[in-house]
Amino acid sequence: MFQLLGIPPQALFGQLLLGLINGSFYALLSLGLAVIFGMLNVINFAHGALYMVGAFVAWLLLTSVGVGYWGALVLAPLTVGLLGIVLEKTMLSRLYKLDHLYGLLLTFGLALILEGAFRHQYGVSGQPYPIPDALKGGQNLGFMFLPNYRAWVVIASLTICFGTWFAIERTKLGAYLRAATENPTLVQAFGINVPVMVSLTYGFGVALAGLAGVLAAPIYQVSPLMGSNLIIVVFAVVVIGGMGSILGAIVTGLGLGLLEGLTKIFYPEASNIVVFVIMAIVLLIKPAGLFGRER
Amino acid sequence: MPDGAMTKTAQVGTAMLEIADLHGFYGESHVLHGVSLEVRQGEVVTLLGRNGAGKTSTMRAIMGIMGKRTGSIRFQGTELIGMAQHKIPRLGIGYVPEERGIFSSLSVDENLTLPPVVKEGGMTVPQIHDLFPNLKGRGSTQGTRLSGGEQQMLAIARILRTGATLILLDEPTEGLAPVIIEQIGVAVRALKQRGFTIVLVEQNFRFAATIADRHYVMEEGHVVDMIPNDQLEANMDKLHTYLGV
Repeated sequence: MFQLLGIPPQALFGQLLLGLINGSFYALLSLGLAVIFGMLNVINFAHGALYMVGAFVAWLLLTSVGVGYWGALVLAPLTVGLLGIVLEKTMLSRLYKLDHLYGLLLTFGLALILEGAFRHQYGVSGQPYPIPDALKGGQNLGFMFLPNYRAWVVIASLTICFGTWFAIERTKLGAYLRAATENPTLVQAFGINVPVMVSLTYGFGVALAGLAGVLAAPIYQVSPLMGSNLIIVVFAVVVIGGMGSILGAIVTGLGLGLLEGLTKIFYPEASNIVVFVIMAIVLLIKPAGLFGRER
Repeated sequence: MPDGAMTKTAQVGTAMLEIADLHGFYGESHVLHGVSLEVRQGEVVTLLGRNGAGKTSTMRAIMGIMGKRTGSIRFQGTELIGMAQHKIPRLGIGYVPEERGIFSSLSVDENLTLPPVVKEGGMTVPQIHDLFPNLKGRGSTQGTRLSGGEQQMLAIARILRTGATLILLDEPTEGLAPVIIEQIGVAVRALKQRGFTIVLVEQNFRFAATIADRHYVMEEGHVVDMIPNDQLEANMDKLHTYLGV
């Protein structure tokens, strides 16, 4: 059996796959955060909690209504998106005239409430969520074993990420979004209902988090704290990629996931902090982030 | 000849925009103190006055981009005060702001086609390119990479597509070279011939005199005088006093 830098290939590719999976979730979540930050100028601390809600909606659909994975893949993001629109309309929208800090505090509070409520109801232990039948098993690639579900997660999240990027950067609707991000007053003065756009953007951003939650359910189990474990890294990803940059969020998310995987092989002790070390370096050299524009 | 103030000449058509006793506020500060003016269909009317006289604020008040407004702003008989902000442009009012507002994250074409068409009868993109040949072939350029004059042309051009019949132009010549100002002037005259009604804020009244029918002079948040363009020469001394030039 050949070896690469003294590492058996199974271990190397296994960690890279794990890194790619984590990176897919970082990308999906930081993409939603980037879209929300660009349009609302709100740092959405509730993002991790809404990701968790997405996973729980999938689990509840399965255990109490009998709706399976594929149904949940549509219904859970819709539910989370609607919840987001309600939160935006009733609470967040009142804070736009104040300092950005208030939006952050509100969403942080919402995250605590959501997590606390689910913890109270379901406890902290994870609820198992089965892999759908169609995606059970895996492929032997010769150098490694690739579980089908994990391949699906990577493909699905890449498709959604680049679909979102395309919609924002290359379509008419995306042009409205970009323009309203830059100068909402003027876009309103052209006859576009910007407050509705803002609500829908928030709904879409958190729906992405809900979708990530459903994708994550069979891998990480469904637990009230699953979001808060992930969200800190995701915020680091957003900072490294550049606040509000769509492409930055996607590329940085995947890249950092892979980098984390590699660190686990070559220097496991550093794998939990490598993202933050990179964040510190990027902030020193390019404070606006790798893909960010100076404001 | 009477002295010109408040005599109505150039009665091109019926009243399109009527502003009566308009007061406007940004937060606590009271910036418009009872503006009254009238713009008739097909007219080009300028608002002249020093910096801070309330010209731009009057335009922003018409578009609803102002904290609080009292009084009356009627467009073709419809009251604009109290109307949702995004519905005002949909009546057929196009706004070209002072800072031009070209979006840097949009290409020239995306900038051009961004404002939704609100009425039939807007200009087509080829017609717009005839009017502003500089914009031709620049479609995929980033909007803010155009020169200042081209950005101004783009800011005007994107409104012409929408079918708006009243155009609010805020200082279209500001900071531009004389040769570009001339080009803008040609375009504005062409628009007038096409029947657009135009309200123009200008510091440069020499430019204004080449295109306008009437001039409203503003001071301290209200209109202090109205001078028809054909009596501009006779009123030059007075105007110099108003504008402090």
